Amino acid sequence: MVKDLSVRLCGVELRNPVIPASGTFGFGTELEGAFDLNLLGGISLKGTTEKARYGNPTPRIAECPSGMINSVGLQNPGIDVLVEEKVPALRKIYSGAVIANISGFSVGEYARCCAKADACGGIDIIEVNISCPNVHDGGMAFGTSAKAAAEVTAAVKEVTRKPVFVKLSPNVTDIVEIAKACEGAGADGLTLVNTFLGMRIDIQRRRPVIAAGMGGFSGRAVFPIALRMVWQVAHACRIPVMGCGGVASAEDVVEMMMAGAAAVQVGAENIRNPWACPEIVEALPGLLDRLGAASARELIGAV
Amino acid sequence: MKTLFTIKDNREAARQTWRIELDCGFRPGMHAGQFVDVALDGFFLRRPISVCDITDSGLVLYYKVVGAGTAAMSSMKAGEKLELLTDLGNGFDTAVCGKSALLVGGGLGAAPMHLLCRELLAAGRKVRVALGFNSADEVVLLDSFRAMGVEPAVATLDGSMGTRGFVTDAFGSLPGGFDRFYCCGPLPMMKAVCEALDIPGQASLEERMGCGAGFCYGCSKLMKGGARRICKDGPVFDKEEIIW
Repeated sequence: MVKDLSVRLCGVELRNPVIPASGTFGFGTELEGAFDLNLLGGISLKGTTEKARYGNPTPRIAECPSGMINSVGLQNPGIDVLVEEKVPALRKIYSGAVIANISGFSVGEYARCCAKADACGGIDIIEVNISCPNVHDGGMAFGTSAKAAAEVTAAVKEVTRKPVFVKLSPNVTDIVEIAKACEGAGADGLTLVNTFLGMRIDIQRRRPVIAAGMGGFSGRAVFPIALRMVWQVAHACRIPVMGCGGVASAEDVVEMMMAGAAAVQVGAENIRNPWACPEIVEALPGLLDRLGAASARELIGAV
Repeated sequence: MKTLFTIKDNREAARQTWRIELDCGFRPGMHAGQFVDVALDGFFLRRPISVCDITDSGLVLYYKVVGAGTAAMSSMKAGEKLELLTDLGNGFDTAVCGKSALLVGGGLGAAPMHLLCRELLAAGRKVRVALGFNSADEVVLLDSFRAMGVEPAVATLDGSMGTRGFVTDAFGSLPGGFDRFYCCGPLPMMKAVCEALDIPGQASLEERMGCGAGFCYGCSKLMKGGARRICKDGPVFDKEEIIW
């Protein structure tokens, strides 16, 4: 059966709604050879900062029931390498939507990185990760304060004409408040959610499994919470939402879309199965058929 | 590559150490020092395990039962299926071996040395092997090395087999004059080996991994040349590269 899987995000056409989430797919080129990347609606690239970062000490990974904790610590080669090397390399093998994921530890760093991403022709969408600590404000994450989240959003919007999706942290009391603050500050869209702060302890060694103590928990276990947040935010905001968190199947993609997501990111599932995204894309037409849907678009916000 | 293997045999080979023979119907094109990533029902992440031997129809792996995942794996029976990612990691560089090589394994580090021994012998190199274990009841693969015509020098920490002490203490019973060494085992052991041997060599490192294929950056280590992913840029590194 032929189904129209295409979706649009702020004028950017995606051939389908499936996007590997930032941090779970490298810079795309690492997966060259595993499958044809052009099966993907978009690719959200690994989080990038102004300067190169080695990231956190190891162990950076802890397994959990139905999920995992990661504390990679934004290892990345810096924004200049991203726009000069990583994106052009990916563009040679990939024609879908390229989403640059930008992190920063100050409002100025976000703005400087996004200005460089704006000037890079291969980037379609800028995704701003506001889960980082603000070094000028006692290390509190930008994404946990409506004021700081709006400040970053406004600063980034000033330096780019590309669609800006702000990626929200779920580690907040009221995610709708943060989402509205970002929308009010000019965000073109929202990605939610980032990982949940988590921890595991090695009971033999009597210390945390993760060298940094805590890390971001993701995987199938978080799906119902992420879905709930997507549903709340999609109903409270007018801008498009990319749903993210625990997505592992075509059914999960449809749930996210019915909850209001215009596109859906797949994260931790890629870590256990590098073919998760193409397998989901392949399963979508049959699922739409069984649901009596002619297109993916018509599912958006059905609930 | 994702391949479904059938378990041919899965049995305890030494204390807490299991040998599993897997069938896929063809000879996997892997080489020594590379690893597979094993998916286990009910566990989110895969288990990375180095290859001990390659057969005409599959692989032989040795694994230690250290947690719930490997315990579940050890209870699997012949005929059951395991899904593996294969061809992972760089493997040992055998092209630069020279005429003769010393292979050093600590604990289950003996497993990749076993396949490396087979490859180097097939390439006409002279090979000597030194293995270190905690005690005699953990010793594995001796007979299999002997079947290749190689008599490993063995050291055990408690002296229950071979030389008492570390694997470096077993070097004394071996002739010198090696062109190169290769080692795999616990970090302190490999550090000691790299410092004790004044010849070029490679070590196979280990780290908790996420994807096992180089795109999650969960296993990066700082090397002299910068950050390297153990799973993709390694697990094998030249000794000069490693920051201990």
